[in-house]
Amino acid sequence: MNEKQINKLYFGDVDRPVRSMDRRNFIKKLGGGLIIVFSLSTQAFKSRSEDDHDKRSDEELDLNAYLRIKEDGTVDCYTGKIEMGQGIITSLAQVLSEELEVPMNTINMVMGDTDLCPYDAGTWGSLTTRFFDPLLRAAAVEAKGELLKMGAAKLRCQESELLNKGGFVISKTNSAQRVSYAELTKGEKIVKTISSPPILKKAKDFKTIGQPIISTDAIKKVSGQAIYTSDIQLPGMLYAYIKRPPAHGAQLKSVDITRAKTLKGITIINEDGLIAALHEDLLMAEEAMVKIKAEWDIPAAKADSESIFDHILTTATNSRTTEEKGDLSIGFEQSEQIIEATYLDGYKAHASIETHAATAQFEGDKLVMWASTQTPFGTREAVANALNMPIDKVHIKQVFIGGGFGGKIYNQQAIECAKLTKISGKPVQVAWSRREEFMYDCFRPAAVIKVKAGLQGGGKLKAWSFDVYCAGPRGTQDFYNVPNVKTQIFRGKEVHPFATGAWRAPGNNTTTFARESHIDVLAHSIGMDPIEFRLLNAEDLKIKRTIKLATDTFGYKKAQTGTNRGCGMAIGTDAGTIVVLIAEVEVNPATGVVTPLRMVCAQDMGQVVNPHGAIVQTEGGLTMGLGYALYEDVEFNWGTVETQNFDSYEITKMAVTPPIECVFADDMDSPPQGGGEPAIVTVGGAIANAVFHACGARVKQMPVTPQRILEALR
Amino acid sequence: MEQISFTLNNKTVNVDSDPNDLLLWVLRTKLGLTGTKYGCGIGFCGSCTILVDGEAMRSCGMAVSEVEGKQVTTIEGLAVGNKLHPVQESFVMHDAQQCGYCTPGMIMNAVGLLNNNPNPSREDIIAGMNDNLCRCGSYGRIADAVESAAQKMNGGHE
Repeated sequence: MNEKQINKLYFGDVDRPVRSMDRRNFIKKLGGGLIIVFSLSTQAFKSRSEDDHDKRSDEELDLNAYLRIKEDGTVDCYTGKIEMGQGIITSLAQVLSEELEVPMNTINMVMGDTDLCPYDAGTWGSLTTRFFDPLLRAAAVEAKGELLKMGAAKLRCQESELLNKGGFVISKTNSAQRVSYAELTKGEKIVKTISSPPILKKAKDFKTIGQPIISTDAIKKVSGQAIYTSDIQLPGMLYAYIKRPPAHGAQLKSVDITRAKTLKGITIINEDGLIAALHEDLLMAEEAMVKIKAEWDIPAAKADSESIFDHILTTATNSRTTEEKGDLSIGFEQSEQIIEATYLDGYKAHASIETHAATAQFEGDKLVMWASTQTPFGTREAVANALNMPIDKVHIKQVFIGGGFGGKIYNQQAIECAKLTKISGKPVQVAWSRREEFMYDCFRPAAVIKVKAGLQGGGKLKAWSFDVYCAGPRGTQDFYNVPNVKTQIFRGKEVHPFATGAWRAPGNNTTTFARESHIDVLAHSIGMDPIEFRLLNAEDLKIKRTIKLATDTFGYKKAQTGTNRGCGMAIGTDAGTIVVLIAEVEVNPATGVVTPLRMVCAQDMGQVVNPHGAIVQTEGGLTMGLGYALYEDVEFNWGTVETQNFDSYEITKMAVTPPIECVFADDMDSPPQGGGEPAIVTVGGAIANAVFHACGARVKQMPVTPQRILEALR
Repeated sequence: MEQISFTLNNKTVNVDSDPNDLLLWVLRTKLGLTGTKYGCGIGFCGSCTILVDGEAMRSCGMAVSEVEGKQVTTIEGLAVGNKLHPVQESFVMHDAQQCGYCTPGMIMNAVGLLNNNPNPSREDIIAGMNDNLCRCGSYGRIADAVESAAQKMNGGHE
């Protein structure tokens, strides 16, 4: 499939979510109990959505879910979101437990099953907690009220004499007078929607929210019982290996399947450019695929890993202005000092340890599929389109996902698997090899950022020109209170040799690296401490408070540095959360090797639902971030991706992961903000600034490699 | 095709296989033990780690004939009934897994490490676990989990 087709299928479904979920049908499928239906479009939540910094379309924000208190007293929560390690299987249950007054272990999260769960556009953008927290709490309050009403009828007393506790409705004065949720819902089928703005608990009354809770799926994961897509084995299933071109854009000249065909039990498929070998024995399928001989025409190279930045500047020419304040030319005229610089970032792979996989079979006229996807509903639509089938004839089932980071929004493998299932007439599994993963990953795009900044006396920023090529606007909103600002976003259609896409906080890793590096350059140019410079310019009280939280936790003192040791700060905003990171590193001046020594990260993410989960997410983001800051770069010569496995793509390893300390601003009565993505955006800037502080090397290109450090020192 | 015999999770198995078939795939597709994961196929990521005669090995680069007559342990064979192995228990307590995909390999590698060195220092743990990759970035928790499992297995308190 060519890049345009992929974009049409995947970006298409992301942009235009379809809503085929018929609520009546869904509710018919459920058994008895008390069912609460809720949706963000519910009037009571309109004001919440307006707080969103990302300004997504109403349609995308229309996240629906269902809550069912079953006749056995356990609670099912149906959501189209998926669990890929970010911990929402735990934190969503925690929120429910809090407001519904039921124990955590009675809650069952049903996630990402397209037949059982309501439509959801996808699990991305650190949106889950931000939008589901208030909704789930409201639904739980509605359910609790209904149960109280039912309890009053059953116990023949007034609602005001009763309370909800531990899965029971109990008399306030006589705790022996009680009735369980199970008894109340038995034989009932009541369907309710959220009617009015609910009265939620205050932070001071929280019993479960705010408590550190260990992941509810941990035992499955440590015992090998957690099932991922490629673990599904169906009777008569064929493993499929697909013949891949040597480069993106390559045209097939000829194919010879004679040798491959001779293998016993083999099925060779060659239809519409999809050439595959299928066998009940996985290794036989692979052997046959290797025996298929294909010749390709590879298009001429337009750029490689080195020249891509010049290529970007000449091809990414469509611009739009995303922020404009004051008058830039007047701002520069009034500046006492102007500093310009260009910052570069190469392509990054998602490199989830689980590669893309899909397993499918026909059950009657319905295609049932498990897929490693962040977008089960988008995948359903893409698969239905590819097979020219109605959407309700495709069922994507719940399964564990082995890491996503934005890389599993797009699901080429699901389409390949669906087609092969249909053509072969047998159950099929497509699980990409690591090489295929590096070939077809939608990389974080290479990008160029040109910054020009003006300072007036005393270190106040006067003018800020920020031209972003190929990284988009995320994270570029000025928070340094510069009076004259212009931010322009440049893009083009023929820029990248392969598909690019969302990578944990899309674009923001790059834009924050450029801004925070340049802020440091400006501070040093006037001999000011970079943190003092940030405090002088940032007027937002939440940002100042978060800086202080970081410096206090770190024990930061001005100009604190030892031989070849240094520390650097970066501030970022993402998904509604403010992040301040201080990184300390040691640089070997002879080799340029950077050793991270310590990271302290302060965040204001509003209400922290599960502090333990939030810390795990932050540690994870910062650890992953060290990879893009110091090591990761995809090597390529135009459509030929030379990076093919972990031997040539270095991600962060245990030995280079320093101690990490995470602290959160106390903001428990505010709405919760993003937790999965924000922290990672600050790593590149903080590391680059720490390297400069340690040894005086200002590296303006990520990753900050030993070679670049040594070049900067020359 | 040949019949290869070995002990798998304390039970004797006889498997009909090409002797050169890679152990990872024999375990996953012929013996149905899918806890052992594919990650890279070149021994770089460690998600396919198993124990062979108590030693942590990468099953993705090993021919099934190499384990003929040997004791193979996979993640499914660590717990005794419902009782988790101390390393598994410790991973739960430290919440040392996020997506969980690298976890079986991490745990098997840790058990192999502790078999060789029951009293590892923090440095020993880091050196011994360094070649297992976790993209979710749980390394600090994994090191903590291995450390406290070692203490527990030596009769100490965490």
